[in-house]
Amino acid sequence: MATFFGEVLSVYSRAVEEDDEELDENEEDKEIRRELEEKREVKLHWSPEISESLTSGNQLQCSDFILAVGHNAARFLSVYVLTSENWDAVGHASMWNERSRPETGLTGGESACVFYRYKNNPSVFGCLQWRQLNVTVLSDSSVAEYKTADYLCCSSAPFLRSLHTGAFHGQPVCRSLEQPNIITGLPAAVLNHCEVHRIATVVYQCYSDVTGPDSVTMETFKPALTKLGESIQLDPSPSIDILRKFARTTNIQSNLYI
Amino acid sequence: MFISSQNPPPCFKDFTLVMPAVAVGNVGQLAVDLILSTLKMKRVGYIHTDCLIPMTGNNPYATCNEDAEELHTPAEVYTATELKMAVLQIRAPIIQTKSKKFRQLLVSWIKTSGFSRTVVLSSSHAYQRDDQQMKGTPLRYLVTPSLLKDSAVALEELSWREMERVPAFPGLTDANTDPRLYVPGGGITKGLYMDSCAEDLPLAVLLLFCSEGDNIPDAFTLVNHLNDWLHLLENPSQKPNKWKIPTSWSLLFGSGIPPAMF
Repeated sequence: MATFFGEVLSVYSRAVEEDDEELDENEEDKEIRRELEEKREVKLHWSPEISESLTSGNQLQCSDFILAVGHNAARFLSVYVLTSENWDAVGHASMWNERSRPETGLTGGESACVFYRYKNNPSVFGCLQWRQLNVTVLSDSSVAEYKTADYLCCSSAPFLRSLHTGAFHGQPVCRSLEQPNIITGLPAAVLNHCEVHRIATVVYQCYSDVTGPDSVTMETFKPALTKLGESIQLDPSPSIDILRKFARTTNIQSNLYI
Repeated sequence: MFISSQNPPPCFKDFTLVMPAVAVGNVGQLAVDLILSTLKMKRVGYIHTDCLIPMTGNNPYATCNEDAEELHTPAEVYTATELKMAVLQIRAPIIQTKSKKFRQLLVSWIKTSGFSRTVVLSSSHAYQRDDQQMKGTPLRYLVTPSLLKDSAVALEELSWREMERVPAFPGLTDANTDPRLYVPGGGITKGLYMDSCAEDLPLAVLLLFCSEGDNIPDAFTLVNHLNDWLHLLENPSQKPNKWKIPTSWSLLFGSGIPPAMF
């Protein structure tokens, strides 16, 4: 769909996309599809120490895995958790699909998805061994996506809601996500996988009325990691400099909509 | 693939499977929601696949606080053993490039589970009907040769209308191609039907011509139509709307209206 200002937007309708008649593909088409599929695979790159450990047949021990999805969730971890000197970057994931754009602010060597491991307790990080694994996922969403019968005043945003698998026996730190609300995307995929494989997992979704990274929204995630307080250190009041570094204002791309 | 949530895993031999196709108006899925909610069917497993867009939420059929916090995934299997019926509910769209893979997964699961018959609830774009199809009932059915052997009599008694074949090139009079099956807006319906014919599976499709909008009445129409054949509820025609609407159907068209607007 083209808009008045020359942008082209993808429009998704609730109606089903028509299934194209499956044409016979020749070898060349199949080869191109195969290559595209390979290019779209997610690749994990580990630090040399970990790669060596993995190739000699050891599994990485992990008791707690924390995943952050979204600007505020990821910056919350960067500001409140990862700034202490106690975390090692042990790997990263690289991926590509037809919609990837080079992220502004990331140089060629940096990746949008990095795995960190806690030095004092190396079993807190990014999973590889299922048994007794606890997964916590932090995710952002816009409050416009939140459906409720009573109209929600903006003053109650940002707020947290949780969803957990059957295997999770802890007490979530906030209310459960009420019907008819749902979670989609990577947090949903992680939850589905963990539900089916009976891994204790909880997702904390933060509904915020601010679209970009914002320090108030980031703070909302604090209670979510209190359960892991024994395993990791949370910086209760990060310095202004650190906050400023991570909560930069988004660049104004067009003056038309200020 | 199917992953059981029960121990021991459920046995589906000789069960009837009812499943929706993700199609225009989501009518099949809404109809299945009504069946699951009314018959209080029990979840017995998941279809765990990367062919569906991921989504998750709490129990859509919750009746009280105790069962509200149960996580549900995009494709789940429920059973009602006393009715010898299993229901597959699909809650998310199928990723377009994986549609064939998903159909193969379903056909293979249906075969290995030993279902006696499968009923697919679906819908098709109302605006694509030709002049003949616009007259009379908007409901249609399709049945594979394998199921026709057993159900011919029942279908005859119900006087249902079979889905018409349409010319491949409408308007071209001298084209000598045969009329073909065409289910616009039906998602995987046609593909699944053709695959089932090829694999000699007993499968029926019940579909409704409809448009996008408030499709709740369409869901009731389709589920009552199914009930005429399978008799899931006793005498629902005497008491209209005996089907129970699940809690997940609230706020289908958005949140409450902000009072500040007025």
